[in-house]
Amino acid sequence: MLNVSNITKSYEGQPLLKGISFTLDHGETICLLGPSGSGKSTLLRIIAGLESPESGQVSFNDIDLTSTPPHLRDFGLVFQDYALFPHLSIFDNVAFGLKMQKVSLAEIGLRVAALLEQVGLTGFEHRKVTDLSGGEQQRVALARALAPHPRLLMFDEPLGALDRTLKEDLLNELRAILHRTNVPAIYVTHDQEEAFAIADRILILHEGQIVCEGSPADVTANPCSAWTAKFLGLGNVISGLKVEGSKVKTDYGVFTVECAQKHSKGENAHLLVRPREVGNEANVIKGKVADVLFQKDGFKVTLENGLYFYLKSAPKIGDEIAVHVAVECLS
Amino acid sequence: MFSASPWLTRLLLWLIPLTFLGLFFFYPFARIIALTFNLSTLTAENLQLAFSVLRFTFFQALLSTLLTLIIGLPSAYLFARFDFRGKPLLRALTAVPFMLPTVVVAAAFNSLLGPRGWMNLLLQVSNYQLPITNLQSPISNLQFQGTLPAILIAHVFYNTTIVIRIVGNALSRLDPRLDHAARTLGADGWRTWWHVTLPLLKPSLLASSLLVFLFDFTSFGVILLLGGPSFSTLEVEIYIQAVKRLNLSLAALLSLIQLLCTLIFSILYTRIVSRNTTQIAPRSAGSNVRKPRGLREFIFVFAFCILLSAFFLFPLLALPLRSTTRLEADRGQRGEVQYGLTTDYYTELFINRRGSVFYVPPIQATLNSLGYAITTVFISLLLGFPAAFALNKPTRLERLLDPLLMLPLGASAVTLGLGFLVAFPRLLAQPFLVPLAHTLIALPFVIRTLQPALASIPDRLRHAAASLGASPFQVWKNVDWPILSHATLSAATFAFTVSLGEFGAAILLTRPEYPTIPVAISRFLSQPGGLNYGQAMAMATILLVITTLGILLIEKLRLPGAGEF
Repeated sequence: MLNVSNITKSYEGQPLLKGISFTLDHGETICLLGPSGSGKSTLLRIIAGLESPESGQVSFNDIDLTSTPPHLRDFGLVFQDYALFPHLSIFDNVAFGLKMQKVSLAEIGLRVAALLEQVGLTGFEHRKVTDLSGGEQQRVALARALAPHPRLLMFDEPLGALDRTLKEDLLNELRAILHRTNVPAIYVTHDQEEAFAIADRILILHEGQIVCEGSPADVTANPCSAWTAKFLGLGNVISGLKVEGSKVKTDYGVFTVECAQKHSKGENAHLLVRPREVGNEANVIKGKVADVLFQKDGFKVTLENGLYFYLKSAPKIGDEIAVHVAVECLS
Repeated sequence: MFSASPWLTRLLLWLIPLTFLGLFFFYPFARIIALTFNLSTLTAENLQLAFSVLRFTFFQALLSTLLTLIIGLPSAYLFARFDFRGKPLLRALTAVPFMLPTVVVAAAFNSLLGPRGWMNLLLQVSNYQLPITNLQSPISNLQFQGTLPAILIAHVFYNTTIVIRIVGNALSRLDPRLDHAARTLGADGWRTWWHVTLPLLKPSLLASSLLVFLFDFTSFGVILLLGGPSFSTLEVEIYIQAVKRLNLSLAALLSLIQLLCTLIFSILYTRIVSRNTTQIAPRSAGSNVRKPRGLREFIFVFAFCILLSAFFLFPLLALPLRSTTRLEADRGQRGEVQYGLTTDYYTELFINRRGSVFYVPPIQATLNSLGYAITTVFISLLLGFPAAFALNKPTRLERLLDPLLMLPLGASAVTLGLGFLVAFPRLLAQPFLVPLAHTLIALPFVIRTLQPALASIPDRLRHAAASLGASPFQVWKNVDWPILSHATLSAATFAFTVSLGEFGAAILLTRPEYPTIPVAISRFLSQPGGLNYGQAMAMATILLVITTLGILLIEKLRLPGAGEF
């Protein structure tokens, strides 16, 4: 359906997007995940038509939209700070897109009522935007974007300003609504938990390029690079020298890594040391405990050499411990 | 700070400014009302005159406001949305006229477009050779002075900055994402403007229009000096009736009408401003400012920069240039003088010629004005400090008294002058009435400058100083004064420049032997002859320079974040 190909854009002379391409299928939700400043929001605005790319193409159902103005694209956009119209009531905010489509007043009434029910705000029609809480405002913003039946929905850090529990609730509702309406959606965030919770497919954006792509499970299992592994917080990223066979020598000891056979002898290799203890692994890391932090279901233990692990029981600070862990290579 | 009974101190603090206001504002005002409701005033003839004057006042104010919006709205857009070289300078330039005395603006436009101004000179040169012997040649003479456009253009010159500031601020605070939201919801550019931008700008549009209208409605000097005898607004008619026709009761009636109108507009304005809080997410200004993109934007920015610079710079440059250029002979001097650059008009100010406009050398007017201005500064600070202290942490009763102190703002200078004429007929020979009237005009601003400065000093600071071993005097000297001294200097400069440029009250109250600069300029302008004209230009230039220095000083001293209408 949506086909984005080779988009480039620079900001104040610096390249911001360096040739972004991806496709989006019917009913699919993808998430653009990346640190702030990676150009995710700019990419959304280019897809929405609010900015034009320096080169590249945005097409939908094989129709090139690159020079189509935003109001003719039929793409809905939900903003981080909601961007509700402060001079209009809740009803008029949700009805805005329908009025632009010249839908009859009677139908507008019905559709707005249905949408407000869908987002759990029945009875709020005539309230002022400014009287609502952040979560309620975001529901209105969602209803407003859904109202004109867009053929694509885009979310620009929609939950960024909300607190954690509210975020989880809204994410669940959002997923349900997206599933029900079957609208393809692009969700932009810097928060990987949000991304994992909502996305069918994740695209990780770094320095203007998509550096990794796949389902949440794929991306977690096979982070494409050392940077991605660090960004996703998958574990300790260390580097070492390939010695022989599947052995890699590092500052933390020599590890046996199957995939190390790809590397030639003496070559530098990045390794990912997963922080969960796995009993039957051959690789062992030893060290003195520097810090112990209680977390929900265990303890985060940091060793004096800087590596960290999640353990079920808490050692004492200063103890010498040995942890069996999975070590994988990173390209 | 105050050791004796706090009640007594506060009472004393209030007593000083309130006595002054009672004596010099409310009493004269009561006399005006008494005169108005005299049966002999309310004749059909008088009411008819009042009605026709009121109609013209409305008409010209409405027209001026519309023209100001036509120039001001694109300018506001220019400053709020685009970044270009010289922007701060251009913005400052558009703000200069607002602070200038009306006589200076009138003289500036006169020097550019008047019968002896540069434009007419150019037209003459294209027809004849130099030297020019008769500037009032009927051929190809630009008729500007004494026309409605003269009044309107001067009003636009004055008030465009109001639209630029109020609407421009609102525009730059608008969240661009609201725009984007509307666009993604299917609104094209025009509908986005109509359904989103315009409604959000409405309060600022209304507020600025009303403020501009209020200033145009009460304008006096511009209309008297540029409009000439055929245009009479309420203000001008009050002056004519009081001074030329000596019909004080009709002047009083007109004053009352004027005051009522001003009151209504002010109430409307305050209501609009207090409702102006629809924006939810306030944004840091400047985030949607960018360089012009594309040919259309570039042409717009370029054209408006040229237009604004020309419109605001030409009159301000024409005046000093004209004051130092001799273009024609004086009466009886035909053919004997040098043409070109000259300082004659300035040196002439020091000579008391027989048959000249005054009984004293014209430079005396400058000395008088300086004397009045210094007196105004002293009296207004003397009254302003107690009022500011009293208003700092006010009780509920005192909060009610606050608007009372601001009331003189609503009365025009001409009305204040008329009040003095009516209330103190025996004191008119005394020169001190002028600085008293000027104090009434300056006092609200002085209080509004001192009070925030006073309020900005937290008690913690004083306590900290005291706990570090400072005596009460040392606390005052090291904590209060450094902060207050800025505000005091700023207030003093303000009172000074207000008094120096004030025209409406002065022209009603000034005795011929004690002219002020603005009065002298207006007299010179109303007399025939190139020398008189040149002297008007010279004095207006002196006033322009002093006022500009004053404005610069105030801008430098302004408390960060304070100010804006």
